[in-house]
Amino acid sequence: MTLRPDTFKSLVKVAAEQVIASAPELTALDQAIGDGDHGTNMKRGFEAVLSKLDAIGAQPLDEAFKTIGKTLVMTVGGASGPLYGSFFLAAGEALAHKKLPEDLAEVFGSGVNAVSARGRSQAGEKTMLDVLVPVLETLKADAGRGDVIERVRTTAAEAVARTAPMRATKGRASFLGERSVGHVDPGAKSSCVLLQAVCASLEAQR
Amino acid sequence: MSDTVGIVIVSHSKDIAKGTADMVRQMVGSEVKVAYCGGNPDGGLGTNVSLIIDAINDAWSSKGVAILVDLGGAETNSEMAVEMLEQERRKMVVVCNAPIVEGAVMAATEAAGGSSLEQVRAVAEELSAG
Repeated sequence: MTLRPDTFKSLVKVAAEQVIASAPELTALDQAIGDGDHGTNMKRGFEAVLSKLDAIGAQPLDEAFKTIGKTLVMTVGGASGPLYGSFFLAAGEALAHKKLPEDLAEVFGSGVNAVSARGRSQAGEKTMLDVLVPVLETLKADAGRGDVIERVRTTAAEAVARTAPMRATKGRASFLGERSVGHVDPGAKSSCVLLQAVCASLEAQR
Repeated sequence: MSDTVGIVIVSHSKDIAKGTADMVRQMVGSEVKVAYCGGNPDGGLGTNVSLIIDAINDAWSSKGVAILVDLGGAETNSEMAVEMLEQERRKMVVVCNAPIVEGAVMAATEAAGGSSLEQVRAVAEELSAG
């Protein structure tokens, strides 16, 4: 797996378009256990990312990540802005002195740690971390394997389904207590959408 | 007159933020700088890091700024806004763990007396310790 600048630009485009396309589904999930704005918030954030696509594509990878992070922070308008924003800002920071693909797990891990710190949350609390942490484990264990992309896709899909029976203890869904059980977490779902889009785009470019 | 701690009110709703600021002004007067913001970047319910940064700068004082927030996203976005301030200002801003209306009034009352940022925060947070 290599990551050339043009590859990266098309990755960002595909991922942003997928998030925008999934906005109605994310909003429906958030109406069940949150305040119903996750889809529109993510759509607004990733439309802003798309509007800066040329600039992002022209930047070194670490700067491009930071631009994406800052854009999400400034435009999403819900808690997911700082959460996703912190992921990209921290991953960008890590990329300044790491290399892809060999340090992918470390770079991804920096992003996941930033999300955890920003949300003061851990895996198991029915949040996006319930997708990000299992994917990080897969990257750590299988980084060298030829089928790592497929394994990430499977991990993310299985992880998002596992959030349904969880009881939320963080975020807006925690107000619902037991009533949050039975619904997939919207943040976990949007993380899954992003990861699936990146994987599909990487597979298509191989 | 010596400077007093500034108060920033961050709600998902601009109406709530404005109403809270109105109450603070009526009950505490104009000696404390109060700034408020509410709404997402499209003007709907939500919070907006860029507006929060502006509000912090509007309420800026040499003694620092105390932020009062309503629900989760307002807190997360306020913390993010603080991290995006100039380095020397970051340590002089706190996000109070207190109910927004009562917290803002109590914090502003304490600030009006010339108290430090830590004292202002402590008085607001006593409300949640209840």
